Amino acid sequence: MKKLIIALLFALPAAAMAAGAGPHLEPANIDLNDKASLQRGARLFVNYCLSCHSAAYQRYNRMGRDIGLTEEQVAGNLLLAGDKVGETMTIAMQQADAKRWFGAPPPDLSVIARARGVDYIYTYLKTFYIDEKRPFGVNNAVFPAASMPHVLWELEGLKKAITKTEVDAQGTETTVITGYEMVRAGSMSEAEYDQAARDLTAFLTYTAEPVKLERQRLGIWVLLFLAIFFVFAYALKKEYWKDVH
Amino acid sequence: MNGMMTQLLGWVDARFPLTKMWKEHLSEYYAPKNFNFWYFFGSLALLVLVIQIVSGIFLTMSYKPDGNLAFGSVEYIMRDVDWGWLIRYTHSTGASAFFAVVYLHMFRGLMYGSYKAPRELLWIFGCLIYLALMAEAFFGYLLPWGQMSYWGAQVIVNLFSAVPFVGDELSLWIRGDFVVSDATLNRFFAFHVIAVPLVLIGLVVAHVIALHEVGSNNPDGIEIKKNKGPDGKPLDGIPFHPYYTVKDIVGVVVFLMVFFAIVFFAPEMGGFFLEHPNFEPANPLKTPLHIAPVWYFTPFYAILRAVPSIAGSAFPGVMAMGAAVVILFFLPWLDRSPVKSIRYRGLCFKVLLFLFVADFIMLGYLGMKPTTDLYKLLAQIGTVYYFVFFAALAIIPKFEKTKPVPERVTE
Repeated sequence: MKKLIIALLFALPAAAMAAGAGPHLEPANIDLNDKASLQRGARLFVNYCLSCHSAAYQRYNRMGRDIGLTEEQVAGNLLLAGDKVGETMTIAMQQADAKRWFGAPPPDLSVIARARGVDYIYTYLKTFYIDEKRPFGVNNAVFPAASMPHVLWELEGLKKAITKTEVDAQGTETTVITGYEMVRAGSMSEAEYDQAARDLTAFLTYTAEPVKLERQRLGIWVLLFLAIFFVFAYALKKEYWKDVH
Repeated sequence: MNGMMTQLLGWVDARFPLTKMWKEHLSEYYAPKNFNFWYFFGSLALLVLVIQIVSGIFLTMSYKPDGNLAFGSVEYIMRDVDWGWLIRYTHSTGASAFFAVVYLHMFRGLMYGSYKAPRELLWIFGCLIYLALMAEAFFGYLLPWGQMSYWGAQVIVNLFSAVPFVGDELSLWIRGDFVVSDATLNRFFAFHVIAVPLVLIGLVVAHVIALHEVGSNNPDGIEIKKNKGPDGKPLDGIPFHPYYTVKDIVGVVVFLMVFFAIVFFAPEMGGFFLEHPNFEPANPLKTPLHIAPVWYFTPFYAILRAVPSIAGSAFPGVMAMGAAVVILFFLPWLDRSPVKSIRYRGLCFKVLLFLFVADFIMLGYLGMKPTTDLYKLLAQIGTVYYFVFFAALAIIPKFEKTKPVPERVTE
């Protein structure tokens, strides 16, 4: 019975984690060790996101160090005019203006990948479709009624959603997106855009927790130390307890 | 050198009971020699308390209890403070570890009847520690000022408004504002970093003093003080130091391996220790779709939601949730069996306790999930059983077939 109790205690979190619903998300398959991917992502972020969205907790020079760029490279390629490399990635747009233009101020993206999840970001970037009812002419499959324009459209192109109507047991009709059809080609092929979305997702995952790789690298040494400590601690206990009967 | 140390010790001992305390609490505190796995969690709880206090002190050096700065200051700790991320993850993992360890410690008490005479006060101090710990965790959870921090606090403080007549005034008084705001954050910070920890430490000291006064229970539920040798020392007892200090070090190392595996490789623990919505700054205008407390509160949250409201008032649910905690205090007088340990109790006790553990876990699961008809029914059954368990403890000894308890410990 004791074993069963222990098993139950430890099985629960696994069971709870397996559950969970929501829109279908595509696996992003990012690689935080791929510096080239992070660098491309940083360039996309600075060029396409960083005029409306800030990453106010991310410092330029820290980013450069972590993704393999020198301060000169960061200053020459990624720095917005007037910013210094020791500063964080802030924007000039005022919150009040942003609210008037978009309905809601665009959120800071420093930790967005931890709030929403990596696959969510990737799928979000890939599921903009034409919807004339929206103010900027596009809608998004994972974030319906998003107030963001499809800023990457010149790369991806514009696509319309192919939908079908599903009726559930109660007779309620829901429209489901089954696929997309490109109506205006962008400068990238589908595979190229997938990679661009992956790069940008990787970069946002990096900014969400810049220390992640360092943390995992250190963790191995910490656990190794504890494993060795355990051998000595156990031997000490055995030695002392020899005379307990 | 040695002579000087002895002289110094003599000087101190003439003015402060240093050697006396060392003997009473460590080198001549006799603990039963048959402690098993479950007896690690007391010393581990003490370890986690120290971890939380030390990491908490360092966090306080960089954290800003201000509605406009709090969220950013946590990210500042995570990025710009040297080793800040490690301190923060240690503290956030420590919060969950504290509850995990304390729940296992309490379960040990249930299994071996550690709350029974003469340990009733020891148990009550423990329950007070648990209560203080819940307060500490609740206040602390607001501080990162994320969406779940904010709305979790909103929901819990609103519970007080369910109190008849004075409810609205009461919740207003707790918040210091009409909604959770900067004023709330500041007072919660004060409670989290000084008021509750002070109470917690005092209670832990009382818990340990009470323990050392009555002596530790053991897996056989036998009073080792009943069998003393000619030297007046319990025959089944061994000095806590060095025997249990060296044994507890092993427990500590194993615990730290699990603890740091989480800190370094899964600090969010899949959203259980650090909830995903809490990486979004608190927004009073945007209610999250689904608000759930952190895992250690969910069994009680499930009880709260399971009880139907009367005339639109959630007060019955609040009462049930409160009663679920308060009933623990009465356990020493509810359980009337003269036999302490599960080893010598009847099958009915074993089944009841097993179901209680399963029930608590089920309620914990249900408390995380949005309510559906099925889940609500399960939570109601779970709530009823939670209280039935305590009532049954008072009744079953009348017909329970217990086994004879041996004179001496068995291992």
